[in-house]
Amino acid sequence: MKIRAILWMISAALAVVGLLAVVFVATDKAETVKIGFVTTLTTGAGVIGRDMQNAVDLALDHLGHKMAGLDAEVIYADDQFKPQIGKQKTQRLVTRDKVDFVSGYIWSHVLLASRKTVVDSGAFLIISNAGASQVAGKLCHKNIFTTSWQNDQVPMALGKVLNDRGVKSLYIVAPNYAAGKNMVTGVERTFRGKVAGKDMTKWPGQIDFAAEIAKVRAAKPDGVFIFFPGKHTGAFLRQFKQAGLNGKIPLYSVFSVDSISLPKLQKAKMDGVLGSFNTNFWSPDLDTPANRRFVSGFRKKYGRYPSHYAAQSYDSIMLINSALVAVKGKLKDKDGIRRALRKADFQSVRGPYRYNQNHFPIQNFYLRQVVTDKDGNWTNRIVATVFKDHKDPYYKLCRMRW
Amino acid sequence: MDWTLLFEQLLNGLQLGILLFLLAAGLTVVFGVMDLMNLAHGSLYMIGAFVAATVAIATGSFLLAMGAAIVAALIIGIIIEVTLLRSLYGRGHLDQVLATFGLILFFNELVRVVWGPEGLEMPLPAFFDTAVTIFGFSYPVYRLGVIGVGLVTAAFLFLVVSHTRIGMLIRAGASDRTMVGALGVDIKLLFTLVFGLGAALAGLAGVMAAPILSVAIGMGEEILILAFVVIVIGGIGSIQGAFVAAIVIGVIDTLGRSFLDDLFKLFLPANAAETAAPAVASMLIYILMAAVLFFRPQGLFPART
Repeated sequence: MKIRAILWMISAALAVVGLLAVVFVATDKAETVKIGFVTTLTTGAGVIGRDMQNAVDLALDHLGHKMAGLDAEVIYADDQFKPQIGKQKTQRLVTRDKVDFVSGYIWSHVLLASRKTVVDSGAFLIISNAGASQVAGKLCHKNIFTTSWQNDQVPMALGKVLNDRGVKSLYIVAPNYAAGKNMVTGVERTFRGKVAGKDMTKWPGQIDFAAEIAKVRAAKPDGVFIFFPGKHTGAFLRQFKQAGLNGKIPLYSVFSVDSISLPKLQKAKMDGVLGSFNTNFWSPDLDTPANRRFVSGFRKKYGRYPSHYAAQSYDSIMLINSALVAVKGKLKDKDGIRRALRKADFQSVRGPYRYNQNHFPIQNFYLRQVVTDKDGNWTNRIVATVFKDHKDPYYKLCRMRW
Repeated sequence: MDWTLLFEQLLNGLQLGILLFLLAAGLTVVFGVMDLMNLAHGSLYMIGAFVAATVAIATGSFLLAMGAAIVAALIIGIIIEVTLLRSLYGRGHLDQVLATFGLILFFNELVRVVWGPEGLEMPLPAFFDTAVTIFGFSYPVYRLGVIGVGLVTAAFLFLVVSHTRIGMLIRAGASDRTMVGALGVDIKLLFTLVFGLGAALAGLAGVMAAPILSVAIGMGEEILILAFVVIVIGGIGSIQGAFVAAIVIGVIDTLGRSFLDDLFKLFLPANAAETAAPAVASMLIYILMAAVLFFRPQGLFPART
């Protein structure tokens, strides 16, 4: 009798626990997917972060703030343009906020400082800009994906353009940090002429380029290559013009003359930039269904053209959404999410792309030119395709196989 | 060795030094006379630049932009002196650093609210926005203008400080504040005037820098560190010290950036030289500061003896 009573109690208790488990699983299903988004919201580079934040908000609008039935919550974090702060903020996202995905990262040096923190926590890292060579090569990881490019690729495309245009000697000016070094390596990979001179400037503190520009003039090259993201673009272009070099030495750039800097340059009537060439994987006028929706939605909501930073951030959110849809919102199914991310089965603004073995996109690169659109705004327009289905030069260093 | 390039780089160094002097002059007077550690000096410089760019975009006049920026910096400077800094004179430097650091955050956010995060480009009249040929090479007209304005300002400050009554009070304040107060000078008014002068100089520096360096949030903090290096090397409170130190730093920094990689290539492989040179170049001025602090801690031209 006694034993029977005990057995009865045990089974009742088990039933309650089972019921509770069902309830918990059910609430788990209706939970939210948390995405931490690390970018720069303060300092002069905050304008880039604003573009990315706006694009993420637009992507969430387009998704109705739901991913596979889960509520989608994005927590923004400001890295203040400093690697140590970026790492701290990343740490807080993965430990306190317990995010499922960490995305964003403009700067390669901030990314390199924060990467391990994300990987160790088990969260997925979806990089929206910084294309550090290390992450494409030896430091590749099964949970790290990129919706942008590897730093070398865009300048590699530019190097090919320089060859095609008959540039024989080139002067290179770029900032002395992780991405700046990649950009220089990239252009040197494909450019077959002579490098007339090279200056690596202090980053981000140096904004006076008088010494470098004087050396450019003395070297008399056929062209100047620059990489100055954010506010440094305006400073360099002005000083170049003030030195009387506009129209004398053609200027070629990567990640400098974009929708971030153009409105400001137009306001100050710095028309020397009109007609100049740059390369990128995307452009506001790229004709794909997703891009039409993205660019028109962005212009309608914010009244300006989106930049490539915005395009990549929009894609990051859409990629995450595609993976969650594939696993029907089961956040615990890491392997399923990873398999789905690898397929990149979503409407990218650049059109469909595949992932290489290091989780970097295999994609096209275009030559763009600065033009005036029909409303009188300065913007980039695609002139030609430079590379088709291009792979970054570091993927063979990545040991991951899948 | 290309002699015209060397000469051009010396001129670039002089010009950078002049710009640093404009910023450091105000800082050193405020620090020397009032014993006030003002980190927000860079914010006044930023406000000068933003006001100047806005006025220049609206009116196209550089002189109007310059006047507006100096007046704006002066007024804001006097407001923060009267409302906030006045209560900090009796406290230690750490409290002052904290309070003025708070001002930096406040002004950065204020600028963000008023002008947005993207910053501005300040347009210049066409004759300023090009280069002229002097001494056999072409040099930006505007940078020559910066050198001119800087030299005039230095001369003006020198005259004011050494040949006027207010200048005498400033010098007296720098060497012994308590005694100046005991002699019946209205220290409160003197401090407001000195702080206003410092703010106006910061505003002027902002205008002069804006067309070269772009106008952006946080532009003050980047250059403020250099300004502090200048006043430490020059001797705190000394305007002539600031002038000499600013030009020395401008020239060393510019020459380091221009020629260090060629120098390193003489004894290092090209690849290593290209990586090492920019790193060492950006350290040069701090090495100089460390040396000055070691051999002559009071600075080159100390105001207080």
